[in-house]
Amino acid sequence: MYYSSAFKLGKDVCMEMLGIIVIFVAMVALSIPLGKYIAKVYAGEVTFLDRIFHPVEKLIYRFLGVDAMCPMTWKQHLVALLTVNLLWFPLTMFVLMNQNWLPLNPDHIAAMSPDLAFHSTISFITNCFQQHYSGETGMSYFSQIFIMFPLFFLTPAVTMSAMAVVFNALKGRATDKLRNFYYYYVRSILWILLPISFVTAIIFLFNGMPMTLQGAHTFTTLQGDTMYVARGPIAAFESIKMLGLDGGGFFGANSAHPFENPNFFTNMIENIFHMLLPVATVFALGFYLNRKKLAWMIFGVMTLGFILLLIPAMNAELKGNPAITQMGINNSMGNMEGKEIRFGTTASAFWSITATSSMNGAVNCMHDSFMPISGGMQMLGIMVNTLYGGVGTGVLGFFIAIILAVFIGSLMIGRSAQFLGKKVGMREIKITMIITLLHPFLSLVGTALACSFPTLTTPTLNNPGFHGFSEMIYEYASASSADGSGFEGLGDNTPWWNITCGFIILFGRYLPIIGAVAIAGMLAGKQYIGDSAGTIKTDNATFGLLVFSLIFVVTALAFFPALAVGPIAEHFSIVTH
Amino acid sequence: MKKEIIPSLLLTVVCIVFFSGVYPILMWGIAQVAPNNGEGFVIKDAKGKYYYENIGQKFSDDKFFWSRPSAVGYAANGSGGSNKGPDNPDYLVGVKAAIDSFMLHNPGINKADIPSDMVTSSGSGLDPHISVEGAEIQVARIAKVRGLDKSKVEALVKAHVDGPMLGMGPERVNVLKLNIDLDAMK
Repeated sequence: MYYSSAFKLGKDVCMEMLGIIVIFVAMVALSIPLGKYIAKVYAGEVTFLDRIFHPVEKLIYRFLGVDAMCPMTWKQHLVALLTVNLLWFPLTMFVLMNQNWLPLNPDHIAAMSPDLAFHSTISFITNCFQQHYSGETGMSYFSQIFIMFPLFFLTPAVTMSAMAVVFNALKGRATDKLRNFYYYYVRSILWILLPISFVTAIIFLFNGMPMTLQGAHTFTTLQGDTMYVARGPIAAFESIKMLGLDGGGFFGANSAHPFENPNFFTNMIENIFHMLLPVATVFALGFYLNRKKLAWMIFGVMTLGFILLLIPAMNAELKGNPAITQMGINNSMGNMEGKEIRFGTTASAFWSITATSSMNGAVNCMHDSFMPISGGMQMLGIMVNTLYGGVGTGVLGFFIAIILAVFIGSLMIGRSAQFLGKKVGMREIKITMIITLLHPFLSLVGTALACSFPTLTTPTLNNPGFHGFSEMIYEYASASSADGSGFEGLGDNTPWWNITCGFIILFGRYLPIIGAVAIAGMLAGKQYIGDSAGTIKTDNATFGLLVFSLIFVVTALAFFPALAVGPIAEHFSIVTH
Repeated sequence: MKKEIIPSLLLTVVCIVFFSGVYPILMWGIAQVAPNNGEGFVIKDAKGKYYYENIGQKFSDDKFFWSRPSAVGYAANGSGGSNKGPDNPDYLVGVKAAIDSFMLHNPGINKADIPSDMVTSSGSGLDPHISVEGAEIQVARIAKVRGLDKSKVEALVKAHVDGPMLGMGPERVNVLKLNIDLDAMK
């Protein structure tokens, strides 16, 4: 040994800690200017990319035959949004079920079965990108390029448009005329998603991600075995997969695969992208409404929740698996099962919490092999659903939480509920209640159903006991929140999982978007009354604490009984063993 | 709804042209000036054969530095991890077997020195790296099997330690590069 093990460990952990601190600080430092830029894009103010994209934008509107300056009501906005999005359903279904004979299929990949195609289609068009197949063996280059590529851009643009119209509705005025859907949609893609992912793809390319249409490469290894190396147009795929919080892997191993994530530097960029747009859109809200303190309150609550999930998870992973420590080997690297050496335990544990706090769902390590406490923290992130949250949907989810907090806070002090100068009425509260309870309802009813049909679900579990239960609840919570990651040991390509998850993704996706836009639309139509001395202030730490407690109480009441049967029971069975 | 169908259809066409056509073709064009035309980084062995630098290979022969266990047997057309839970009895039996096998092939080592990465499988099943300790602990075996001077093999390992990237992240050893240079040693 060249130097003592203890010194080495200390040094390594420092390097790895530095890595994640830099990731977080860089993410925040990039989010603020990006948020300002996003606010400008949606407000139609001048930006430096106008010269390139203005002509393209105009051309697209002319081709579509729409007048993007013509205002829409919130209902018209939703209709356009859903039509644009759902048109992809038949197209995607068709391609996935016929990819065997379509071109660009050098590895002779078979067509998807109808139930798998149903699940994949729904999960793709909703930005969930939960995958019940493995990319290497389940998807042709044609499907990757003609389905995944466009949907990687379109689905975040859909939620960003919904978010943008909510921003627009919350401007202090009484109107039912909101900005045109196509305006927000086209601008989200051209001004925000396309340029960032283009530049990043080039960086990825020069860091070793392939960008080729050649099929799998067969050769003999140094030792003399035959090896097949699957390749593909990965660099272009990866950047928007991470930026748009899509998270669907080109390969089965997702960002753990050396081609999807070749080194620590690409890992940092991908990890920053996990949180970049969710956090930037929070700041965009502040800049757009000129209420920066409100944005900082939201960011503060999200970050508090995020850190509370992060610390126990990192602690459990760095300590490692006690059962392996007992075997008498050097377990100082922490729990390395399912993790890559080039990222290490710290950065992997950090990524796993960012992936489940934001609704990206890309993984650089296998969540199924995490310690029960860290697995439980991942699940909690998905269950809370608004700690950063998805792109657009994170802000929308938090908007719902704010309305709830405003209502309860106002009840406590005996005032009528009011947010940003508008009275919050009964209809808005009813919608808020339904949306708040929807996610626990879908996740838990799904899990309960799965437990009621053990003949269909038990054989698909990869682990016995409490951990098997965790695999099921993770799957449904991930489907309902559109996160898309999983305890991937679950053998989820069966009609049961494909069909139940498909429906849960569908409801879990569109109902909250519709609800949030409806509430904002209704508020917009009301008279602007401004704030009085008795109005609850929503942009200070006290209100932040109220929102945080409400999120905690709702999540705890809904999910803790289920967590007790899964990761919590598993944890105690390990420590008392 | 009806009013939106035509623009939506046209928008779909625009998007396919942009994102399935222009964007990947542009990236593919840029890839032609990237290393190895964007077909993945490669390295050459002593006989002039090319391998992928980032894709781990299976090394189970005693004369090579071993790579980590892989749940998919280093099948780079079906990546994945074991996805075994930490208290799964089958999994723990497997880890124990991996430790015993490692001890058997590396006589004379101290069990407490075996780093956990050498007996656990990676997330992708294609991990190109092992830890520095994982390489050091195999030095004695390699020197003996190949009849090389132990200090020379030690020096080779030391030369192959990749430091933290940009001062961040873990130290590691690329097993393929190490074994290629090992083969070239006399």
